[in-house]
Amino acid sequence: MMKKLSIPGKIYLILFFILLYTPLIVLFLFSFNASNSTSVFTGFSVRWYQELFRDEATIAAFKNTVALAVLSSVISTILGTAAAVGFHYSRSKFYKRSMMTVTNIPMMNPDIVTGISMMLLFVFAGTLFHMRGVLGFGTMLIAHISFQLPYIILNILPRLNSLDVYLTEAAEDLGCTPSQAFFKVTLPQIRSGIFAGAIMAFTLSLDDFVISYFVSGPTFQTLPIRIYSMTKKRVTPDMYALSTLIFLFMLILLILINVIQSDKHAERKEKRRNRRELKKAQEAVE
Amino acid sequence: MKNRTALSAPYSVWMILFIVVPLLIVVYYALTGPDGSFTWDNMRGLSHYTDTILRSVYYGMLATAICLVVSYPLAYFFTKTKASTQGILVMLIMIPMWMNFILRTYSIMVLFEDTGIINNMLRGMGLDPVHMINTSGAVIFGMVYNYVPFMVLPLYTSLSKLDYKYVEAGRDLGANGFQIFKDVMLPMTKSGIISGITMVFVPSVSTFYISQKLGGGGYTLIGDVIELQFQTAYNYHLGASISLLLMVLILICLAIMNRFGGSEDGEMVI
Repeated sequence: MMKKLSIPGKIYLILFFILLYTPLIVLFLFSFNASNSTSVFTGFSVRWYQELFRDEATIAAFKNTVALAVLSSVISTILGTAAAVGFHYSRSKFYKRSMMTVTNIPMMNPDIVTGISMMLLFVFAGTLFHMRGVLGFGTMLIAHISFQLPYIILNILPRLNSLDVYLTEAAEDLGCTPSQAFFKVTLPQIRSGIFAGAIMAFTLSLDDFVISYFVSGPTFQTLPIRIYSMTKKRVTPDMYALSTLIFLFMLILLILINVIQSDKHAERKEKRRNRRELKKAQEAVE
Repeated sequence: MKNRTALSAPYSVWMILFIVVPLLIVVYYALTGPDGSFTWDNMRGLSHYTDTILRSVYYGMLATAICLVVSYPLAYFFTKTKASTQGILVMLIMIPMWMNFILRTYSIMVLFEDTGIINNMLRGMGLDPVHMINTSGAVIFGMVYNYVPFMVLPLYTSLSKLDYKYVEAGRDLGANGFQIFKDVMLPMTKSGIISGITMVFVPSVSTFYISQKLGGGGYTLIGDVIELQFQTAYNYHLGASISLLLMVLILICLAIMNRFGGSEDGEMVI
């Protein structure tokens, strides 16, 4: 197996990443600009960060975004995990196949179509039940759960498929009830998939603009929607400050997750080594 | 076993109610007038948007092609680095996606403007400024920039699973570099290529923010028309008919691609 990256390859990688990161660096840099320009850097200051914390509408939008992301990702993780397990044990090929097709719809459909289709549903239901101003937190929650669910399912199903069925059967033979077998044998093995799905759902929710844009009402704004309405005119660097903060928040979150996972990984390695040494010791005794 | 299948019932009900039914409502709105009676008027009205539709498809295809050409060597080079470096590189591809795409696009606009950062730098070096903003090139660049990670990641997954024994076998049997690429690597990474193309083409062809900010309103795309109908003009019926067209268009493109791409992944892609 050849495993060497050539010099042109390295240059290509570096150039690509420079291009990819230039707009981000610009954002980051100009969030510290002293003047309100987003193209001429006049000096370093943190005034835009101070102004950001004084902007009540932005703070409210931030709270909304986090609340929505937490609530929707928790609900979609529970619904999705149950569904993945259900599909895995389903005997009806037709049911499984047609539901997998439905699962693929929101992933294949452009966001804008998903967004307007849900908006039409809510508007339609609103006129049907003579309700005004249906668009708000409730519709946003429904929409976010709906577009997250497929990602949860697709993170868990492969893990379920690669499970050793004999393990569950062995647990049941040894006296576990099916639900005990699930919680003690199946769940620990698909936990990383559930976790990955939940994280994905959470970040998708934090970042979603297109679908939210169509199903949100004037009473409930999230950060991406607020940012969008701000960029309709020229933005001041406080939006840059905001995005820098969100970005750092995400970065820290993901680093933490990685550290936790690698800790577990290290733990497992340690255990395995201990076991091996124990075995060696036993062999030596024999 | 039966009661385990029942675990999926809430999900199935949810998806039918909030994914399938809304699509039927789109069809309903597309085929009715403001008074609720059946009409073809909305669908006929689509002929006014032929230019917009063709432009969207053309830009979407171009952006997808550029992404593929840029990403394939990139993903290949990824697999040539150490396993630990690969993890970092994948991370580096994903990081920009956590920055909100509106702000990413906005910052490209700030870079490209006539009095923007790039042109200020050019002037500083005594060079002539280049007009970049509000051109079709800027719109396509915006699409490529925003969606290229969606191409790199599946390609990388495919390429890292590729068993290099086949590449070596090809070489031993006398194939040159291009033949190995065409006859060994390309067929074996087909699934990654197809999912990459899908993940770039669908958002590119349906975008509306990128064309507004980087095209300055001069390059209207399907997404812009839909957004206009739903958020400004409040003509839900016309908006629904354009959305329906967009959906059908994408389905046709995906079907054509699946035909070319073989059927082993066809089950997953509708």
